[in-house]
Amino acid sequence: MTYQRARAAFTFGVVLAAAAQSAWAGPVLRDDLQREVRLPANPQRIISLVPSLTETVCALGACGRLVATDRYSDWPAQVKALPKAGGFEDMEVERLISLRPDLILLSRSQRITERLGELGVVSFALKTESYADIGHAVRVIGQILGLADQAARLNEDIEAAVRDIGEQARAQRRGDGPSVYIEVDRAPYAAGPSSFIGELLARLGARNIVTVDLGAFPKLNPEYVVQHNPDVIFISPADAADLAQRPGWEQIRAVKEHRLCSFSPDVRDTIVRPGPRVAQGMRAMADCLARVAP
Amino acid sequence: MSTPRPTIAALRAGENFADRAGRLGTWLACCLAITLLLTCGSLMVGTSSIETSLGWLFSPDAQATVVLWEIRLPRTVGAWFAGALLGLSGAIAQGVFRNSLADPYLLGTASGAALGVALSLVAAGGSIGALAWAGKLGITGAACMGAGVAIALTVGLSRGVLQTASLLLSGIVVAFLLSAVTSLLLLTKPDIWREMQTFLLGSTGFVSWSSATLLAIVFCVCAVPSILLARGLDALTLGEDTAQSLGLSLAMLRLTLLGVVSLGTATAVGQVGIVGFVGLVAPHLVRETLSVNHRQLLIGAALCGGALLQAADLLCRWIIRPAELPVGAVTACIGGVYLTFLLWRRSRDG
Repeated sequence: MTYQRARAAFTFGVVLAAAAQSAWAGPVLRDDLQREVRLPANPQRIISLVPSLTETVCALGACGRLVATDRYSDWPAQVKALPKAGGFEDMEVERLISLRPDLILLSRSQRITERLGELGVVSFALKTESYADIGHAVRVIGQILGLADQAARLNEDIEAAVRDIGEQARAQRRGDGPSVYIEVDRAPYAAGPSSFIGELLARLGARNIVTVDLGAFPKLNPEYVVQHNPDVIFISPADAADLAQRPGWEQIRAVKEHRLCSFSPDVRDTIVRPGPRVAQGMRAMADCLARVAP
Repeated sequence: MSTPRPTIAALRAGENFADRAGRLGTWLACCLAITLLLTCGSLMVGTSSIETSLGWLFSPDAQATVVLWEIRLPRTVGAWFAGALLGLSGAIAQGVFRNSLADPYLLGTASGAALGVALSLVAAGGSIGALAWAGKLGITGAACMGAGVAIALTVGLSRGVLQTASLLLSGIVVAFLLSAVTSLLLLTKPDIWREMQTFLLGSTGFVSWSSATLLAIVFCVCAVPSILLARGLDALTLGEDTAQSLGLSLAMLRLTLLGVVSLGTATAVGQVGIVGFVGLVAPHLVRETLSVNHRQLLIGAALCGGALLQAADLLCRWIIRPAELPVGAVTACIGGVYLTFLLWRRSRDG
């Protein structure tokens, strides 16, 4: 009898523990590091370590669930007040743990993932590099947060806005799309068609002077730009001033006719971060192209 | 490791003066011929095919004229002078420190220049108002100023230039400290990382005629006093005490020659970034092929350094054209392979 009671109590305990675990545990999802991650149900203490993922959480209306971000996350304004847990590769592990997060969102290239796993913290890695990654991140984060419907609507809105801006830009243009050189920095590193900004440029119907085979961010021989003689140059405001002083560059059409597109840091963030504000960034690019190369 | 005593080595080898002069003449002629070949080759190599470039030479249009004479030629000429400055500075540094492992960056110039550039990039980004002056300097100005500050710190820390060990140690300390500050800046401002990387790996991409002219002027300014003082370096190979007993003003000699090293290195780094190995390898190349005194070594190292950087520049724009490799990575590969070969040969010869 005693044995039967003990056995019943044990079985009850096991069932109770399993029930408690299933109540705590959310879905098991495969992240972009190809790990099967058991996620908490309805996470309420989230840390985002990538600006575009921070923006995605907030665009889904879950900004209040963030307890900290990386130091570069600065949109929307309310995340500026949150604790900052480091940069991209210099995360403060102790700080992260002390904030007792139930989920950390990060990029798949951040090395801290392994350490977080050892410390028993749930982390979910996402690829944040291309236009397609935006929709994927919105969908997955929506699923994790229990906001799948909002995520589907957000994706539809982004897709529609991007499509409209692209169609408008093509319709308003008189001739063929202008040839464009996008300078990432003065080395010169360029943004190729397979980069995020390169994808947006293609959707606007403009031609990138860099070919796909050169990669996403090739370091070009400067004479390549002179020979391709682009109609428009996308460049940082600091570098725009002395373009004509580069040997041979005063001959380039975009430099001669001052067809340059430079963006303020706020606008630049929307262009280089594959996040939910992509349409704003694309609108800024389209407006500049319409102004300098109608 | 002290530098070999070239004249004694030559005497041991049983060479007479006429033989050595003949060999030196042939060597210099070869070096100049290689430079000429590389210059011609550099006009042919770029983003276009060699056939197209040849066609441009005979029937140039407006764009071809710009590419050939405004981009490729100043680039290769500038690369030569920058390499020559590094080679000359390397040979002087090895002579002054009596150490064949010395290179022009030993006084902290590279770290100082890198910090100057990092500050300039941060300031140009507009994020730190107090550094607006650094933003206005530009990359070149900031690199030169940073290198100058590093040298001043090194000399100040070692309380002059007379104590070799103290000067070397100070150079190492200053280099580490300034590198640490640069790393901290990079950590807090990752936006500047890519541009910093370009500077740290060297680039000859935007060398214009004005940059090449500046490099040429500084080369002349550096070459004249160093060749005039080369006899002092010969005396220094016998030891500091012996050199002083020969009537040499050690302080003046060192101050002038280290000034030359600083000016030459800072100018080269300011124009083409931190190009490694040229200053270290060029004097070795000369010593391995010739028995020379310091005057001949300085001239040979300058010619050799120029040709080395020219060759590296040619390779970096040819290997993955129309993209290009950082020139510093190519010089590091060439220098690394050469030094490995030297090590292998020495171990083989016992």
